[in-house]
Amino acid sequence: MKPQEIKQNPREYLSFTLGDEEYGIDILAVQEIRGYDAVTRVPDAPEYIKGLVNLRGTIAPVVDLRIRFKLGNAEYDHLTVMIVLNIGGRIVGIVVDSVCDVVPLLPEQIAPAPEFGASFDSSYLQGLANVNDRMLILMDIDKLLHSAELALYAPAESQDLPQMMAAA
Amino acid sequence: MAIDLARFHQAFFEEGFERVDAMEQGLLQLEGGANNAETVNDIFRAAHSIKGGAATFGFTAVAEFTHHVETLLDSIRNGSRGVDDALVSLLLRSSDQVRALLTAARDGGQADAELSARLQHELQQALHPDSSDADSAIPVPDEVSHAVAGSQAAPGEAGWRIRFAPHADLFASGNDPLRIFGALAELGRLDVVARHPGDLPGFSSLDPVQCLTAWDLVLHGSSSLDSVREMFAWVEDECDLQIEPLRAATVAEPSAKVVPIHAPAAAASAAPASAATAPANAAKSRAHADSSIRVSTDKIDGLINLVGELVITQASLTQYTQGLDPLVHERLLAAVQQLEHTARLLQESVMSTRMLPIDSVFSRFPRMVHDLAARLDKQVKLQTIGEGTELDKSVIERIGDPLTHLVRNCIDHGIESPQDRSAAGKPAHGTLTLTAAHQGGQIVIEVIDDGRGLSRSRIIAKARSNGLAISDNASDAEVFNLIFAPGFSTASEVTDVSGRGVGMDVVRRNIEQLGGEVELKSVEGSGTTVRIRLPLTLAIIDGMFIDVGGETFVVPLNGVIESLQPLPEQIKRVAGQGMVLKVRDEYMPMISAHDLYRVPGAAKPPHQAIAVVLEAEGCKLALLVDELIGQQQAVIKSLEAHYRRVFGVAGATILGDGRVALIVDVTEVVRNCGRALAA
Repeated sequence: MKPQEIKQNPREYLSFTLGDEEYGIDILAVQEIRGYDAVTRVPDAPEYIKGLVNLRGTIAPVVDLRIRFKLGNAEYDHLTVMIVLNIGGRIVGIVVDSVCDVVPLLPEQIAPAPEFGASFDSSYLQGLANVNDRMLILMDIDKLLHSAELALYAPAESQDLPQMMAAA
Repeated sequence: MAIDLARFHQAFFEEGFERVDAMEQGLLQLEGGANNAETVNDIFRAAHSIKGGAATFGFTAVAEFTHHVETLLDSIRNGSRGVDDALVSLLLRSSDQVRALLTAARDGGQADAELSARLQHELQQALHPDSSDADSAIPVPDEVSHAVAGSQAAPGEAGWRIRFAPHADLFASGNDPLRIFGALAELGRLDVVARHPGDLPGFSSLDPVQCLTAWDLVLHGSSSLDSVREMFAWVEDECDLQIEPLRAATVAEPSAKVVPIHAPAAAASAAPASAATAPANAAKSRAHADSSIRVSTDKIDGLINLVGELVITQASLTQYTQGLDPLVHERLLAAVQQLEHTARLLQESVMSTRMLPIDSVFSRFPRMVHDLAARLDKQVKLQTIGEGTELDKSVIERIGDPLTHLVRNCIDHGIESPQDRSAAGKPAHGTLTLTAAHQGGQIVIEVIDDGRGLSRSRIIAKARSNGLAISDNASDAEVFNLIFAPGFSTASEVTDVSGRGVGMDVVRRNIEQLGGEVELKSVEGSGTTVRIRLPLTLAIIDGMFIDVGGETFVVPLNGVIESLQPLPEQIKRVAGQGMVLKVRDEYMPMISAHDLYRVPGAAKPPHQAIAVVLEAEGCKLALLVDELIGQQQAVIKSLEAHYRRVFGVAGATILGDGRVALIVDVTEVVRNCGRALAA
């Protein structure tokens, strides 16, 4: 799916869990990892958009991926972790069950994602990787967050649309 | 129209000093003897502007003195008088004096009136060289001393004549003759004449920290010898001092020539004297300039973010310490409280650094309008409304040019000549109104004139001649929109004010670059309104903080008319669902904030809630909220930077504890909810 990487340089992925499943995202998209607190609800938002947080003066939405993918119990306690992503200047927080590790992966370690049929949109999956006999699901977080389905941002015809969204 | 002139003083002084600098530069160019008409014109104009401004603002000393300078410059300008170096030097000294007078006027101090008088005399001498005994620009020094001494020493007057010749190293001991003279002047009227006692060294060997000047002072009044002597107590050993009673001197030398001053002295003397005052002035103006500095907005944004983080940390500290026993941890708790206070103040002051009132843009217009109107023989009255509206600095900086353009257009094209206006039955003077207001999460700036308005037919004709396709039954908005097309101008002739066809398209481009939009409304014959809407990148609003089901919202205060606890009989239901609130004799639709923002949990019954009456676009709506928390300033943050637009939300702000609160978009809420209920 991705263009061929330079073989010698593994890409690093941040792995996290949603329920029993382990996911990975490109670590370059990660701005910081912090606790989950003080989220302000927004009206008319889908359930998985928890609301808005203040990240040092920047107001960013928070998406609970557990609710979005119906994985695990969406409980919030002092251990709940939020990964703050910066994707093309857009900042968004994602709530996960826990953050595990940073995993270096070579392109050949990544198997293409299988088709799941209509029930699950595999286009947000970048591929699967085997790490210590655990399956790591690599997520195309960029694509997911900009999907119309997630409705995080204004639809494409909106005028204040950044370039990268039109591409996505 | 009553204008508080004082608020223009700052601008006048800034411009004044700039003009003196310009005079000086021009004079320095003239110094080589090159009589460049343009340079002379520039100097003349500078002097003229200073005089005009000073007279307007009532700084008579400045205006009077500058008048003499201007008169002489005028004679040079019209060729009746040649330029030589002596004249240039006189003018340079005069410009120094103008600067000193300006400084004095600004700081409320006293300029050296005697020097003014002497320079004025010299200027007059220079203007009428025939009346003097030589063709020189510098009047004969004896004449000066005549004038000076004559004015000072009326026979029989009480006072002291002081000859004060400090040693060259006077400054090294930290003494300042000017300070002594200042103190002496408190004893009575003091006339000071500077002279240089001996041979001046060449320029190359001149040591600026050596005092080569001596002074002859005449102190009028009945002060005692001791009190005068006391003034010189610190410098007694470092100077030659002679103090003699005025009367005796007058008797001794009955002629007016009491103070013999050698011919070269007068010319040379003014230079060191002004050199002595110049550093003081420079220091003063530098201190003045230092009161503001330019800082990159990135730095300020960085600060704002850091302070935000600090406030959050502080809030959590407060939270952690809440459970502690106040008796055991008294000092810790006091420190945490102090931190909270300081952090709050810090946040407020950092926030305010980015915001400027739009007055800083509006204030440039009165003068411009005045000048333009005068040039075009029109009568224009300028009104500004909402000058205090705060705008992001970056917006302020970039809104000036488009606004200038619009104002210029209004006066040039919009407002008719007094004759035309009278013929049309309008008052002879046109009115140009500039307004600014926060509205629905945007800043709206309007440029309104009551001029001739846009002519639909002329625009269509012009558009066609420019090859633009437009149908005859296009809407007014479409037609007026053509004004913004590149290269479009309806002015029948090009004036030097506007009408070169570059204009409205640039205005629109500038506004759009700021993320705003321009709207144009016009009624032919009665005026044009250009409305600029700018998004709030970062603006402070006065907000009313409300509680809805435990969530905090902010309602911009300028959209709030009143808040009240409705009585059951004030609430009426319409068609079984819509609620209407009767306030005094007025019915208005009412909506619960719980419903509007889908706040979970049941809303209080209406008569236990609080109704906040909102107004936008002339319509009112009552918003039911659970509680009023209070009024506070809020910094508006855009929601759309990282999220989509939410209905009824103008933006968000960050509360003191670091949480996000949504700001109610009053316009949107009133427009949609009111209409939906009314329908």
